[in-house]
Amino acid sequence: MSTSVTRRDFLRAGVAVGAGLTIAVYLPSCAPGSKTPVTTPFKPNAWVRISTDGSVTLVVDRSEMGQGVYTALPMLLAEELDVPWESVQVEQAGAGKEYYNSIFPSQVTGGSTSVASAWLPLREAGARARAMLVAAAASAWAADARECRTENGVVFHDASRRRLKYGELAERAAALPVPEKVTLKDPKEFKLIGTPAKRLDVDAKVRGKATFGMDVEVPGMLVAVVARCPVFGGTATSWDEAAAKQIPGVRQVVKLSSGIAVLADGYWPARKGRDALKVVWNEGPVARLSTENMRKEMAVLVQRPGQVTRKEGSGGVVRGGKQFSAVYEAPYLAHACMEPMNATAQVEAGQCTVWVPTQYQCGPALGGGVQEVAARVAGLDPSKVTVHTTFLGGGFGRRVMHDFVVDAVEASKAVGAPVKVIFSREDDIQHDFYRPPTYARLAASLGADGLPTGLTARVVCPSILASAFGAPKDKVDDSTVEGIANLPYSIPNLLVEVVQPDWAVPLGFWRSVGSSQNGFVVESFMDELALAAGQDPVEYRRGLLSTKPRHLGVLELVAEKSGWGSPLPDGRARGVALMESFSSYVAEVAEVSLNADRTIRVHRVVAAVDCGTVVNPDIVAAQVESAIVYGLTAALHGEITIDRGRVAQSNFHDYPLLRMREMPVIEVHLVQSSAAPTGIGEPATPPIAPAVANAVYALTKQRLRQLPLRAVPG
Amino acid sequence: MLQFKVNGRDVSVDVAPDTPLLWVLRDNLHLTGTKFGCGIGQCGACTVHLDGEAQKSCQLPAGSVAGKGVTTIEGLSADGRHAVQQAWIAEQVPQCGYCQSGQIMRAAFLLTKKPKPTDADIDEVMSENLCRCGTYQRIRRAIHRAAGEASA
Repeated sequence: MSTSVTRRDFLRAGVAVGAGLTIAVYLPSCAPGSKTPVTTPFKPNAWVRISTDGSVTLVVDRSEMGQGVYTALPMLLAEELDVPWESVQVEQAGAGKEYYNSIFPSQVTGGSTSVASAWLPLREAGARARAMLVAAAASAWAADARECRTENGVVFHDASRRRLKYGELAERAAALPVPEKVTLKDPKEFKLIGTPAKRLDVDAKVRGKATFGMDVEVPGMLVAVVARCPVFGGTATSWDEAAAKQIPGVRQVVKLSSGIAVLADGYWPARKGRDALKVVWNEGPVARLSTENMRKEMAVLVQRPGQVTRKEGSGGVVRGGKQFSAVYEAPYLAHACMEPMNATAQVEAGQCTVWVPTQYQCGPALGGGVQEVAARVAGLDPSKVTVHTTFLGGGFGRRVMHDFVVDAVEASKAVGAPVKVIFSREDDIQHDFYRPPTYARLAASLGADGLPTGLTARVVCPSILASAFGAPKDKVDDSTVEGIANLPYSIPNLLVEVVQPDWAVPLGFWRSVGSSQNGFVVESFMDELALAAGQDPVEYRRGLLSTKPRHLGVLELVAEKSGWGSPLPDGRARGVALMESFSSYVAEVAEVSLNADRTIRVHRVVAAVDCGTVVNPDIVAAQVESAIVYGLTAALHGEITIDRGRVAQSNFHDYPLLRMREMPVIEVHLVQSSAAPTGIGEPATPPIAPAVANAVYALTKQRLRQLPLRAVPG
Repeated sequence: MLQFKVNGRDVSVDVAPDTPLLWVLRDNLHLTGTKFGCGIGQCGACTVHLDGEAQKSCQLPAGSVAGKGVTTIEGLSADGRHAVQQAWIAEQVPQCGYCQSGQIMRAAFLLTKKPKPTDADIDEVMSENLCRCGTYQRIRRAIHRAAGEASA
């Protein structure tokens, strides 16, 4: 028997706290000289604010990192509130329990949960506010609320031809009780949900006006760049700061728990000062660690029985019939957000203020958010910490971590001034929390019909929860086998085991987490089985998915839209892959050729997606495009290697990202669904690597079982 | 004292001459629309126009821009009405948005050189700029759109 902890269980293990409602308060705020003071009396909950002039402010409690929450979440509120989309103003929430994710007990943006977890609560918040405005109008007219209707921010009583704007009702509505029960719109009545409403952050982003963490400026602020030990776990034993202090603009050098910080008037002097520091490091025992010896260890560990995470029938391969096995490998990966890690903190007079691009503002789910971590470092109660969430220049799981917050708060506390800590790109690549490597051996027995009679998967993969969040090292981290343990194919005998080695390389959540590598493992193997059985890869999968309608739905759709089976020009071939993750279903077909140097060129990717009800189809399409590029970058280029305990790569010259000239045409097709919305930020990442590898096999008869997929042997 | 023009204004700043233009813009002139991405000329997030040519400002020592004219995203148009910015909105290009100032400056430069760029022209010029969100397909569409509107 194995003990198992899922990411969600782990996240739930903290204190359970219900979402609270803020109390409506009267805040007079009139501009000098204006005749009628504009106030914002109507604040029926944590997300809706309506002023007496009719302006509507909706609060976004998730972090905008490109995935579109700044637009999709207000759409949920505005739909039920019945306000014109063009008039809505959006505000970023602070940190607070009222903003806890209904899936994780914390204010976290992650796990592709934002729309899924807000789907009911935010619509209810909008509907409650609307009901109070209707009740206010009805009482003003001494009419029956059931005879009133709303449209575009106005309450109508058609029988008496009366109308009142929301702004005119704001004060009266604020005095009313918040209704406990509320009726949501029938989806047939939706005016906004399901439409490609324009993103609310785009105007600022095309004018260079959006404020990212990197852009925060606080009066009197110093900029810090930190010298960190290149070897994981190493510490500074001594340092010479004389040369650093000679650099004009350098103000102070202080020791932080992460290394030695040089504080200066701006990034450039701080960076030059950091580079001029002479630090003696105690590199510690990790200095012997290398990718080479980790791979050797994994090759040994895969021979040993692991902890069982799923068992069906007699458990794994059966005797008789054709036997087939293969080993797949995936490397460490860095997140490489375009905006390098940074945070700004001001510790002053018993208060701490943090301006930070973060995915995790507060709450106990993963050991504390920015608020709790900053409080701990500053020696303050969390109530004394104010968190300002900026736009995030990418997140992808990296900004769930708080290492940069700790740096900024420690530095501000040390020098008594506001401090912005900036990672150089080299710091960002070499001091990440990496996607773990995987070494997986899969074996199958095939019956006379070519279908699998049994399948055994043994996965060697270190635990993210143990590395990053202190979970027990011997406890199964479900992310190591996600994508494999939930294998959807009908196979009567199944065994999935995991061995979790424990190395010092820090691990974290990386877009689509375990499915990012296990999609490659499983969907490459299924392709191999289909071909070993002499069957078409789509046909083979179809035969094993008869009890999985949503998997089958995206498979059929992608086959149709990609022209699966139709002729291609010479030198091109197609590959297919299919994966469920974050409760969404994505199938992809990649069309590839080889460049003259036998590297892989991907020309076209067709994706079929079932993510339930679609709130904004253009944002969903954009996320699918994005997730495919993220996965394709990893498939073709992504590899972090460890040498002498340190990361060998440092910047985009040796950790390359996909560029325009490599970009395939991506076509996204959505399954029409009335199911509740599910994740979309991540689920399109896992299928792309296997779709490409399978296409390469179709083209060259060369099976690539190791990521990244470099030049194909000739 | 270093003197040059930014977005049509004369500026003078007191910085070490080896300071990259990127940090002069961001830290001294508070023009934070130009972004820091890599510091080694690999990502293009810091792209600006120097006397009309697209340049990576992290690779330009401040001393080298003396007397020259720099245009940043803040100066590309007064109110976001540049054809490239409008096309970016129409195609809903930005996601996280961090690289987009650089992408827009690069695309605006491309259109001054090639008012009707082919896909191959776009591949060549826009491959200088990285986007981690993978908005390349929309960038391509937006450039074609801006080219169409520019000729209309």
